[in-house]
Amino acid sequence: MMPSSEAARNVPTGPARKGPIGIEPGRINAGQPGTEKGRVSRVGETARIDARGVYYKTLNGQIREQIEGGATRVVLDNVNGQRYIGAAIAAQGVTIEVNGVPGNDLATFMDGPTVVVNENAQDGVGNTMNSGLVVVKGDAGDVLGYGMRGGRLYVRGDVGYRVGIHMKAYEDRRPVIVVGGRARDFLGEYMAGGEIILLGLGESELPLVGSYVGTGMHGGVIYLRGEVAGHQLGKEAGTAAPTDDEMARIEELTLDFCTRAGCDAAEALDRPFTKVFPYSHRPYGKLYAY
Amino acid sequence: MNERERVLRLDTAGGEGARGLNRWGEVDRHSARRPYGGLPAPGSRTPDLGGRPEYTAEAEERILGACGLMGVCDESGERMSGELAIRSMASMHDRGNGLGGGFAGYGIYPDFPHAFCFHMLFSDDVAKDDTEYYLARHFAIMHHEPIPTKPVRGIQDEPLLYRYFLEITDERLVETQLSAEDYVVHAVMDVNAHIKGAFVASSGRNMGAFKGVGFPEEVGEFYRLDEYRGWTWTGHGRFPTNTPGWWGGAHPFCLLDYSIVHNGEISSYGINQRYLEMFGYNCTLRTDTEVVTYLFDLMLRRHRLTPEFACKALASPFWKDIDLMPAEEKKLYTALRMVYGPALLNGPFAVVLGMAEGMVALNDRVKLRPLVAARDGNRVYVASEESAIREICPKPERSWMPRAGEPVVARLRGAGEPSDDRAGRGGAVGAVALATAD
Repeated sequence: MMPSSEAARNVPTGPARKGPIGIEPGRINAGQPGTEKGRVSRVGETARIDARGVYYKTLNGQIREQIEGGATRVVLDNVNGQRYIGAAIAAQGVTIEVNGVPGNDLATFMDGPTVVVNENAQDGVGNTMNSGLVVVKGDAGDVLGYGMRGGRLYVRGDVGYRVGIHMKAYEDRRPVIVVGGRARDFLGEYMAGGEIILLGLGESELPLVGSYVGTGMHGGVIYLRGEVAGHQLGKEAGTAAPTDDEMARIEELTLDFCTRAGCDAAEALDRPFTKVFPYSHRPYGKLYAY
Repeated sequence: MNERERVLRLDTAGGEGARGLNRWGEVDRHSARRPYGGLPAPGSRTPDLGGRPEYTAEAEERILGACGLMGVCDESGERMSGELAIRSMASMHDRGNGLGGGFAGYGIYPDFPHAFCFHMLFSDDVAKDDTEYYLARHFAIMHHEPIPTKPVRGIQDEPLLYRYFLEITDERLVETQLSAEDYVVHAVMDVNAHIKGAFVASSGRNMGAFKGVGFPEEVGEFYRLDEYRGWTWTGHGRFPTNTPGWWGGAHPFCLLDYSIVHNGEISSYGINQRYLEMFGYNCTLRTDTEVVTYLFDLMLRRHRLTPEFACKALASPFWKDIDLMPAEEKKLYTALRMVYGPALLNGPFAVVLGMAEGMVALNDRVKLRPLVAARDGNRVYVASEESAIREICPKPERSWMPRAGEPVVARLRGAGEPSDDRAGRGGAVGAVALATAD
């Protein structure tokens, strides 16, 4: 039995088509290594870059070029999956606005700028960030603020697993994460410093926070708007009601978050918070010592 | 007759052919050999033409990294060009390192929808002759042809690629006392284990796996996937860590119409492999991923579990969470973990299962690998990165992060409704019945 002629249209038959070797040009996208730059339009101190199909290295080079050339606002259009946007940029008073979904490790090692993402962000936002501000208007993925050592991360929507893992503080460097939605398991895992505020605004079928909150935590503090059950906590974390000073700090950070992320401040402060703190500064101090 | 004897019976029925002789009784015709399509031996660019391929020796170096995967399923059964899968994977180019890429498409062979389609990888003509002898002996070959390809930069040293549309005569089923599916499973295990240089890339009805060494978008172009149309596509870009980067080791891994693309590693491989051996599955592909394929075949096809319930065995709830469940549920999950303890997948993973009824995506229990899902109309998308979904569906109605251990299930309408006798739907009854029956 041979394939019918109609069916034959469904599978390739005959000799290979002649064409360029490698991926068809029409299918090249931002994931493909390339040096073609995005189109730039510059008005005063605002630069717009069309990032469609631009490889991440090229795009990040263009962002640096614009900032070095005096731009204080860089708007990226048609971003899709480009990694490391804003990576290691050390500059004050600069804003990078992202339209589209940026790739992993947004604002990694960033030192100073403000990054605004108008849609969802992927994994690893603010990885080892030094200072500056990241505002994500949608959701953000896993390991948000991994090893973060300064600056602020504001996420209006939900966040994934292991948010704030290995966050740390030193002298006046106190990293802050504020999340408007819900968080999954391992919030504040191995956290060594800084503050996390989880608000859980609006309606959702998801719980405020998953399990293993503060597993391995040995510094810093997590404030939850609402309650957390004992079985959701890691062994190294306990709960308490925030003190008046701490409440003032929560209000200050929450109001700033609501202003920048566009949330309802009255809702955000409408119920008591729970403080999650580490029992010990050296939970594993005796792990390998007998 | 136990499982092992059945395997042997199929094997010996293949005669000398399955032992490395061709149909003329000749041994090892080196003159016909092509260089095998894998990595060259370390430190050498010259393929070794002297012996049959030794897959384990091909990649001794371990390189760390992360795979990328995607899946799309149209629940209404509308067929899409394979170009979607190519573009989606192309956007995750940097997740892989060019040592493996592959795709599975469903609904791509409407002219032979009921035949089992064997996609074959042959290292040389001897392997091809042996396999054809074996297949002709055990199946009615409805149609066979080379798998159409085109030259693509980045793809080299490809093995011989053929596909065979096979049916099984009633006589053979009566003789072996096997279902058609079990018969095919034995044949696949036979070919993979006993015919040197021959590997079955896929063996399902109206589906096929297209895989090789290269970046996934190159592999997709190489196989001309944009010219196929299917209702489910899965894709994978590989960054080999623990096992060789060779053509047979690229994902997806398939058995019957189950295909698996996988990012991560199965730390429980040894336990899973021993468990599967008891059911007649031979793990021959030098990779941890194949156990996932066989576990799904065992649980979905042979034990008739629903995908949701099978996933609860593979990524089962922690005991501490089972303790918090209501009594009935607690009994159910306790039974599930006891019955399917050796099927538990440990270690970090995200997998996408393609199957005749649709598609399932699953994470490990503590979310150690990325996975994002989206829905737009009839189409369900999953991928390692949201941008890979946005590449082919710029504005989905909804996108979300699946919870760890909670499967995302897309069902083809008409094909995907679980029948009532499947466990899981009826809750505790099914699983407890299984607990006592097995």
